This record gives sequence, C-alpha cells and structure tokens, in this order.
Amino acid sequence: MTSNEPAITPELIAEHGLKPEEYERILKLLGRPPSFTELGIFSAMWNEHCSYKSSKIHLRTLPTKAPWVIQGPGENAGVIDIGDGLAVVFKMESHNHPSYIEPYQGAATGVGGILRDVFTMGARPIACLNALSFGDPNHPKTRALVGGVVAGIGGYGNSFGVPTVGGEVRFDRRYDGNCLVNAMAVGLAETDKIFYAKATGVGMPIVYLGSKTGRDGIHGATMASAEFGADADEKRPTVQVGDPFSEKLLLEACLEIMAKGCVIAIQDMGAAGLTCSAVEMGAKGDLGVALDLDKVPCREPGMSAYEMMLSESQERMLMVLKPDKEQEAEAIFRKWGLDFAVVGETTPTKRFVIRHAGAVVADLPIKELGDEAPVYRRPFAERRDEREIDAGSIKPPVAVADALETLLASPDLCSKRWVWEQYDHVILGNTVQRPGGDAAVIRINDGPKALALTADVTPRYCEADPFEGGKQAVAETWRNLSAVGARPLALTDNLNFGNPERPEIMGQFVDCVRGIGEACRALDFPVVSGNVSLYNETNGCAILPTPTIGGVGLLDQFTQSMTIAFKADDEAIFLVGETRGWLGRSVYLRDLCGREEGGPPPVDLAAEQRHGDLVRGLIRDGLITAAHDVSDGGLLVALAEMAIASGIGAVLEAPSGILAHAFWFGEDQARYVITAKQSKPVLERAKAAGVPLAPLGATGGTLIAIAGERPLRVDDLKRRFEAWLPAYMAGAT
Amino acid sequence: MRSAVVVFPGINRERDMARALRLISGRDPALVWHADTSLPPGTDLVVLPGGFSYGDYLRCGAIAARAPIMNAVRDFAAKGGLVLAICNGFQIACETGLLPGVLMRNAQLRFICRDVYLRIERSDTPFTRGYNAGQVIRVPVAHGEGNYIADGETIARLEGEGRVLFRYSSPDGMIDPNWNHNGAMNGIAGIINERKNVLGMMPHPENHVEASMGRTDGRGLFAGLADHFRVAA
Repeated sequence: MTSNEPAITPELIAEHGLKPEEYERILKLLGRPPSFTELGIFSAMWNEHCSYKSSKIHLRTLPTKAPWVIQGPGENAGVIDIGDGLAVVFKMESHNHPSYIEPYQGAATGVGGILRDVFTMGARPIACLNALSFGDPNHPKTRALVGGVVAGIGGYGNSFGVPTVGGEVRFDRRYDGNCLVNAMAVGLAETDKIFYAKATGVGMPIVYLGSKTGRDGIHGATMASAEFGADADEKRPTVQVGDPFSEKLLLEACLEIMAKGCVIAIQDMGAAGLTCSAVEMGAKGDLGVALDLDKVPCREPGMSAYEMMLSESQERMLMVLKPDKEQEAEAIFRKWGLDFAVVGETTPTKRFVIRHAGAVVADLPIKELGDEAPVYRRPFAERRDEREIDAGSIKPPVAVADALETLLASPDLCSKRWVWEQYDHVILGNTVQRPGGDAAVIRINDGPKALALTADVTPRYCEADPFEGGKQAVAETWRNLSAVGARPLALTDNLNFGNPERPEIMGQFVDCVRGIGEACRALDFPVVSGNVSLYNETNGCAILPTPTIGGVGLLDQFTQSMTIAFKADDEAIFLVGETRGWLGRSVYLRDLCGREEGGPPPVDLAAEQRHGDLVRGLIRDGLITAAHDVSDGGLLVALAEMAIASGIGAVLEAPSGILAHAFWFGEDQARYVITAKQSKPVLERAKAAGVPLAPLGATGGTLIAIAGERPLRVDDLKRRFEAWLPAYMAGAT
Repeated sequence: MRSAVVVFPGINRERDMARALRLISGRDPALVWHADTSLPPGTDLVVLPGGFSYGDYLRCGAIAARAPIMNAVRDFAAKGGLVLAICNGFQIACETGLLPGVLMRNAQLRFICRDVYLRIERSDTPFTRGYNAGQVIRVPVAHGEGNYIADGETIARLEGEGRVLFRYSSPDGMIDPNWNHNGAMNGIAGIINERKNVLGMMPHPENHVEASMGRTDGRGLFAGLADHFRVAA
C-alpha cells in the first residue's frame, strides 16, 4: 500500500459517510484496516445511493415479472418485449441533490446518466421525460432553480438529439430546501441484441471508453446519501459537469461496436464511477477484476488512485471486449474521436485489485463489496389518514367560475408550455402526441406501433396516506396511458423521500412501496427498473414523499392515439366513473380554502381496471373523439383543459344531488371525460361493462357554460392558463 | 434526385432528413462523413442537416465550417450545385461564407421548440417551387440560436434581390413581432445566396412530411426539389 496517504481516523471515516459499525464491518471483512483508496471504494459502494441499504428489503416485495418482461430491476435499465423482435429499454433516475446545488449541470448530468443507462444496454434512446418538484414560487431560490434545471435538461437532451416529450412540474414549499429532478429515458433495441453488465471469461480485456477522467463529481454519490445542512452550497465540487456532445459520440460509437459483435459486457460509469462499474461487471460474472490506473485517460496529470476511483466524470463507459475484436473496436472509437484504453482484465480470483504507479493500492473481495454491504431493516411508523371531509362543512370561498379561473392560473395546474418549449420534442420525427396531453405518444420506427409514455405522482396524497398515495401514483400513470388508447405494459419507479433514519419517513417509504406493489399486482403492471433517492431533507425538513412512476404503454396503431382536445361542436360529453365529490387533499381545498386536510381519494383498483379497459376499447373501436383523465383539480379543470386544447367550448348541466364545488373540484379516482359523436354505442358499452357513465352536456360554442354559473370564455381561460408561468419566470408575479 | 447528407459529429437530425428525402424523392440519401474529402459522384443535392455539430462549442457551426468535407461542399456550390442547409446547417453555411449574416441567440435567450408559421416569399426557385408565393406553412423550429442578423447593407441587398425565401409570420401571413419567436431581423427564417443555389433556413420542414403524423407542410420543399431535378433530367 502506498504512503503519503492520510491516516484512517474516526473523523475521516465519518467524512466518508460510514457509520462506526459499518467501519467495523469493513475491518472484519478485510482482517486489516483499509487503505485510503479502499476506504474511498467502500464509501462509494456502501452509501445509500449505491447500496440501497435502507430500501432493499422493501423493494424486493414489488412485482417485477410478466410474460413481456425481458429484464427486471438490477440491470442498467428494465427491458420489455413489444413484439416484432423489438424491446423497449427504460428507466427513471433522480439527480436531486446535485440539481439543488448546481441546477444547470445537476439536471443536465441527470439526463446524461439516464440516457447512458439506456444505451449501455444496446438501445437507441427515442424519448425522455422528467418529473420536477420545486419549492414555493415565492421562495427566493425557486425561480433560479426552475430556470437552471429546465435549461440543463434542454441543454443536454436537445444536443444529444432525443425528444423530451413529457413529465410534470409541481411547486410546494416542502421542496424549498430540496428540489427533485427525476429524468426518464426510453430506448429501442432488438430483443436478441440486449447487452448486460455481467462479464464472462478470464483474461478478457477491460476497456475504458469515452471522455477522460477528471476531478469532478468526487463523492457525488456520498453527497447524495446525506441530508443538506447549512453548507449545501459548499458541496458544489461534488457535482459533475456534462458534455452532451461527447455523449452523442459515445452513443454512436457504442451502438456501432455492439452491432459489430465486439462486446461481451458493458457498464456505464455513473454514480461512484470506475469503482461501481468495475465491481458490478466482475461481481455479476463471478470474476475478479484487475485494473491498472496508469492506463486510465486523465484530464489532468497527478490524479491519485483515490480520485480516479471516485471521480464521477461523465460520458464514460467500461466494457469487456472479445479479444479478437479489440482492434476493430478501437478503430471505431478513434473514428468518433473518443478515448479508448485497455485498463485491466478479468481474473479468476474474485478480487478487485487496483494498481497505480507500480503499487497495489487496493485489493478487495469483489463479491463482498456489493453483497456484504449493510442492509438495514429500519424502524418505521405507520400513518394513514382516511378521513373523508364532508363537503357540506366546506363553505365555497368563491363561485364555481371564479374557482376555475383561479385554479387554471395556479402554479400546479397552469400550462407548463414555458418548460417544454425549451425541450426539442419533435426531433426524430416520431412524436405523435407532444407534451400537454395525458401521455406522450411516440411512433416506433416508421410505425404502425407506438409507445405511450407518462410520469406521475401526487405527493400530497402520499403524505396524508402513503399506502393510498402509492396506489394512486400507479393508478394515475396507468390511467394516463389508457386515456391515449395504450395498453399499459410496465413501469419504472423513482422513489424520493427524506431521511430514512427517521421512523416517520421510513414509514412513508414502506407504505408507498406497499401501495405501489398492490396497484402493480392488481393492474398487471410490473416494475422493471427504478431508483431510490433518500435524504431529501434540509435541516430536518423533509420533502413530501414523492414516488414518481414512469409508465410505458403500447398502441398497435399510432394513428389511433386519442387526444384530450374537443374535436367538434355538438358532441356528447360523458364522465366515466363515479363522483362522490372527494375534497380531502384536493387542489381546491388547498389552494382556495387554504386547508391541507383529510385523507386522499381512495383508489379502487378493480374500478380503475374496468374503467380503463372500457376507455381503451372505445378508443380502439373508434367510438369516442376525445379522452382525458380526471386528476389534479377535478372534473371542471379536466373539462377546461379539453376546451383550451381545442378552442371549442361546452354547455354543461348543473349537478344534482351533490354540492357543486364537490362535484366540479372533487378528486375522485378512476375517472375520465370522453366525447362522442354518437351516444348510444358508448352508453351500451359502459352498461355492458358495468361502468358508471354520466352525461355532462355537449361541446360547442366559445364558452364553458354551466347552468346557473357565470359563463367563461375559452380564449380567456386559455390566456390565464398560459400566462402564469412565463410571468413568474419573468419576475412579474 | 440523388442527395448527400453531411454528418458532422454532434449532428442529430440527419435521420429525420434522410426519412423525408426517402419518402418524397423515393431514394435514400448518401450519408457523407465530415472527414471525407469528396461527395459521392452524381450528387444533385447536398444537405447540411440540423443538430449540434461539435457540441456548438466555440460558436454554432464554426468548427464544422472547417471540416474536411466543407471544401468539397464549397466547390459543389461554386459549380452551381444545390445546397440545403437547415438549422445547424444554416449556421454552418453562414460560418463557411456560403451565406451572409449570422445566427445569434434567440432574443429571449432560451431554446425554443414549437410550430411556427412561415410566409413563402417567392416560388420561382428550386427550393420553393413546390409552394405558391404568399402561401403560409406551419413547421417546427427547435433552436437556441436562430436570430438572423446582418449589417444594414447586407439586409438591404437580401431584400432588394428577393433572397429572403421564408419569413416568420402570423397564421394569415402578416409579418408581426408577436409571431417572430427568435427576433430575427425582418422576420427572416430562410435566405438564398446570390446565385440562388444555396438555401439556409432555421425551421425544420423535414419534420412535417407525413400525413399520418398530422401535417405535411414541409413536403413542398422536398417535392419541389425532386421536381426540379426531374424536369432537368
């Protein structure tokens, strides 16, 4: 072991995010104290971000299998079969902590990381989505974070050349100290050409590809495994810097050498860089790995072994190549102007051996580095708020028409055009449905099939009742896919929570995961990939529990995808599903009454299934002309969005037997608004399926006119809907 | 029509362009690598496609303008060959000197992707013969640096010689700052060179060519070019 390295002290151990008992475990495993480099390697492998030590036992309960699942969680991304010899490869991942510290680069490298996860498996990325949570619009940091994060996502995705087609943006004071940036990438591969991390064969060359290694991002994963204190800004050096140009070259070069049959195993260097990727390839293949760091392409001279092993420099890959294809692979990488270096080989020893400047700086048991990472069964406290709030006890603060005007111009419900216009959402020429609808629709190659993609969660529900909230996130995702006519196939989950060492936070996590699992099983909608982000907490204040669900569905005919816009005058408008007028945890109750109370709307998964199947069948058979799921803001907001998307108004009947504000703004689940030229076949189908279907009125005119309420001009509603975010970002609100 | 699409590192709309050319001209274009020094023999049309060549580093198009293949493209243009330069291609054409002026950052300093309306200023060129003069088409833009600027003399020449082919407009063809998303001078979206064989434009007609995908406003440009070569042959 080399000298000139700091002595291992309790302070140094703590700085590496390792608890004293975790260090004891290292001593026991090695039978000696670790070297400085080895300590760094353990901290990289055993932090929460890489080891899932708090979440592992709960994630195992999620359903991950279905006949169409090719690869579930545990690889770079999930893989599902969509027929015709094609597979969809997708995953969502957070880049929360870095984005709060350095919004542009944090968000950009979040996109870069998830794209790499997808093309590492041999898939060409065809779409990106993102789910963003920011603090109160009035918090002094919020505006700059929104601007930086959105520019960063666009800056990376636009340059890389993938359409960013959907997602969500929310604001809540609970994200004041920790914004969330969850990025999802979706790629297309051939089912017989999927690439994995598992190395095979002894003495095979391990090749380093892509950009050079620099001193950026060191301890990034460790930083993301702790809550923020007052020193968040000082953590800026742990944030990586992205180069989408290099990533685009890396994509093309990787796909080219994969097509030439050069690759045995491949792993991108993401969190914990070279350490994590090398260990993963060896451990999965039951092989040892020997690396010679003198061969690693470095951006600057004098980098230590410790720095090289922990750098999170972006746009790098590690591969095990077929020895006879090494020259061919090198020629391809040189053509793309990328670094290519043989930095080691696989060994039969199952040890992870690192040499630098002639000395062995680390010699560790490779399996145990991953397998023996601590696993915690953390105590958790349950919370369930199922209280139904009596709508009669809530006095409407304003009339229905005024409430709609306010809600459409509110931060959470207003148009997010300002955001998605900064993302190239039409590149590749396959975007059938652009952002702004229930789900994006992307044609597959030249058709006829298409994918529907969405990302959803309702954090205020998850906090009130994590179990119902977890169910609801899955159900809403499933509903959004159904609303465009797609058959939901599988999902990726991005679980964002506070500090799991606090029982109430761990309780949120455990119950959200239980709820997600229950909904996945009921809807036959397996989890194939995911990511956990804990410690989203500043000075003891945690974010709202935010388990973002990214869903993928399939349409057999892209030309049949359904949109939310009203299509013509004089069409019948129906509500699918039952309306009790559930106001607990609704946007109405929060934004107009100033009350965050009650339980969230209960989710009846059997009803979700029946209602979704009905809507999907109606779309497939050409019986309806528009469909929109009813979610945040309730029925009238959904109707207004359909009008705004088309410029066509609606004449609506006043509800009977239910209070108006509960009817129009309650957030009961399993509901859709649909329109039809002919009512009869729709009514018959619903009746046969046992699905409640209520006539609401008819499309037409330029007003939203509810009997007994002030009529609203659609163009005026549109102006309000579109105005808030640009005005806010210009500093005008 | 034999087309050659030049691929610089970081270009990313070459597939969109290749699809449009294949669908409308019935022939796959050749993809020509930036490090090559010659174009395929018999090339009718050279396309500089959209993207972020060399990451847009230094200045959009500045590095690509000095790529080995650009000598061949310049020679091709000097002999009267048709060059279609879109988005990053337009920026490269300006940096190469094939077209005057420069594309600055959008006036609002943000990348913008949306459908815009273009008024076709004249239809008597190979690039616009598929349209009628005064016609308004709707095609997407996706750029951060599309704000066309040139000195007063150059603008006067471009206007005087009728070299502005596409102008940002309202849906009914009015030139209006509210419909000019990037602040380009005189609403300029696309221009041709003096010899009228090099077109540079920021919008992406190649993304609106399939009826099944919703809109076909971009077809006219490619159909007109295919027609031009059919008539010539």
